[in-house]
Amino acid sequence: MAPHLLAPFDPAEQRLLARFTPPLTRAADGTLAVLGTDQLGRDILSRLIYGARTSSLIGFLAVLLAGFTGTALGLLAGVRGGASDHTVMRLADMQLAFPFILLAITVIGILGPSIRNLILVVGLSNWAAYARVVRAETLAVRERPYVEAARSLGLPVPRIVLRHILPNVSASLMVVATFGIAGAILTEAGLSFLGLGVPVAIPSWGGMLAEGRQYVDTRYWLALFPGAALFMTVMAINLVGDTLRDTLDPYLYARRSLEQL
Amino acid sequence: MIAYLCKRLAWAFLVLLGITGIVFVVVHLSGDPAALYMGPEGTKEDYQILRAALGFDRPLPEQYGLFLWRAAQGDFGRSLRHQQPTLPLVLARLPATLTLTAAAMVLALLLALPLGLLSALRRKSILDTGGMMFALAGQCMPTFWLGILLILVFAVQLRWFPVYGGEGLTTLVLPAVTLGVWAMARTARITRSSMLEVLHQDFLRTARAKGVGEWSVVLRHALRNCAIPIVTALGLELGNLLGGAVITEAVFAYPGIGRLAVEAVINKDVPLIQAVVLTVGASILLLNILIDLVYVALDPRIRLA
Repeated sequence: MAPHLLAPFDPAEQRLLARFTPPLTRAADGTLAVLGTDQLGRDILSRLIYGARTSSLIGFLAVLLAGFTGTALGLLAGVRGGASDHTVMRLADMQLAFPFILLAITVIGILGPSIRNLILVVGLSNWAAYARVVRAETLAVRERPYVEAARSLGLPVPRIVLRHILPNVSASLMVVATFGIAGAILTEAGLSFLGLGVPVAIPSWGGMLAEGRQYVDTRYWLALFPGAALFMTVMAINLVGDTLRDTLDPYLYARRSLEQL
Repeated sequence: MIAYLCKRLAWAFLVLLGITGIVFVVVHLSGDPAALYMGPEGTKEDYQILRAALGFDRPLPEQYGLFLWRAAQGDFGRSLRHQQPTLPLVLARLPATLTLTAAAMVLALLLALPLGLLSALRRKSILDTGGMMFALAGQCMPTFWLGILLILVFAVQLRWFPVYGGEGLTTLVLPAVTLGVWAMARTARITRSSMLEVLHQDFLRTARAKGVGEWSVVLRHALRNCAIPIVTALGLELGNLLGGAVITEAVFAYPGIGRLAVEAVINKDVPLIQAVVLTVGASILLLNILIDLVYVALDPRIRLA
């Protein structure tokens, strides 16, 4: 959130004299490089800290977009049924079967790499998982007595959906969204690694890995640390997701359906 | 059965049509491909000439219709960069990617099935906990980082495999491991959870009571009954593997279709991009139809309709 408070250096500051300083040694100008410096003498620890902000921003906003779209379509499919259900589910199948990264690189390659485009692409191509879960849960919740009661009171459909159905599917939604953030962060890093994600000027873990790959045979630390940061972040989010799933979902059937994701 | 196949093929065709539509719209969102290809250095006259030569000056619906008409005849246009028809270019790269994907899939299955099975059979043992930690780690591992680590250890330090290039099987090992780990982790977790569900079913008790050997109980009676979720997961995994190949190929400079796609995108070679997306899309749709046929072979209770 506030990387400038934590980072020891400006992540963009180039010190050519101090380039390729190994981790835990003093650079040519006498400062301590905790995780070493890269090919332009930029401090890797500072770049990692700034990169964390990029990753979490994109992961969070992309999931928000995907979750919103997916939930809306899933509710539509679950509540209306019939043709809308059929269309939404076929669209979801289509999205799940197609290697989205291919479309993503096409879109980014043509629209140009920027954080906004990344969020749009990652968000709009991941809604299917949310739509499926919301639809499945809606179909179950819809038949519960309290929904029937609400309906027999003559409440308008939007109110029933928002006040009676949505809160009862939100637990599963939270679980899927947690795993979604991990997935979005990985996707963003993958695209940045290909040079089709975050613009080079902004520090990002994927971009750092791509630069580090070129020096992997002699300067291992350039690629090691951003990858480790990515791995540990994703692992931590997934563990939170696992715990959430076990605590929020007392029903075995719901747990099973989530495990298939 | 035949009717079902026709329906599936018709649906696959519709999906492909949808994908061409999406790609077409995206390509034209940012102006037109001629301007993209030329970049800011081109003069106005050059741009007009290129635009007319490539047919980008016609109305959009006409261009799209023309594209579909030609595609139906097997002509996906000429690559701007390579000055060749795109389809042979793509098809030349396809076998390398399919080999890589198949190798990754085989590796994943060889590890995932025993791992998932044993974890389920020895539930809550060290093997189970360790195996599932391993699977979780595999799922969280960024493909490209794993690739770089493998290069660092096996190519740079131990010198067992070439860093890039090389001959025969040795080029395939590191990329296949890199690509396969994710599919392995997921398949292992799904194998474990579906085995756990099957293990306390009545028919297994019956089989044991009949005096069937324990190995046979597990492999012939239990595993067969969790084949369906595993095959479903593998089907979804296929799309991921072909997509993941894009990144794996970039890490190892492996000459497959993924690298062709990235190069095409970087060169703004629109006809080539369209051809790659369509070819990969068509392969995935066909593979998914094949998987549905595998269902019938695995479980005679399933009727396709």
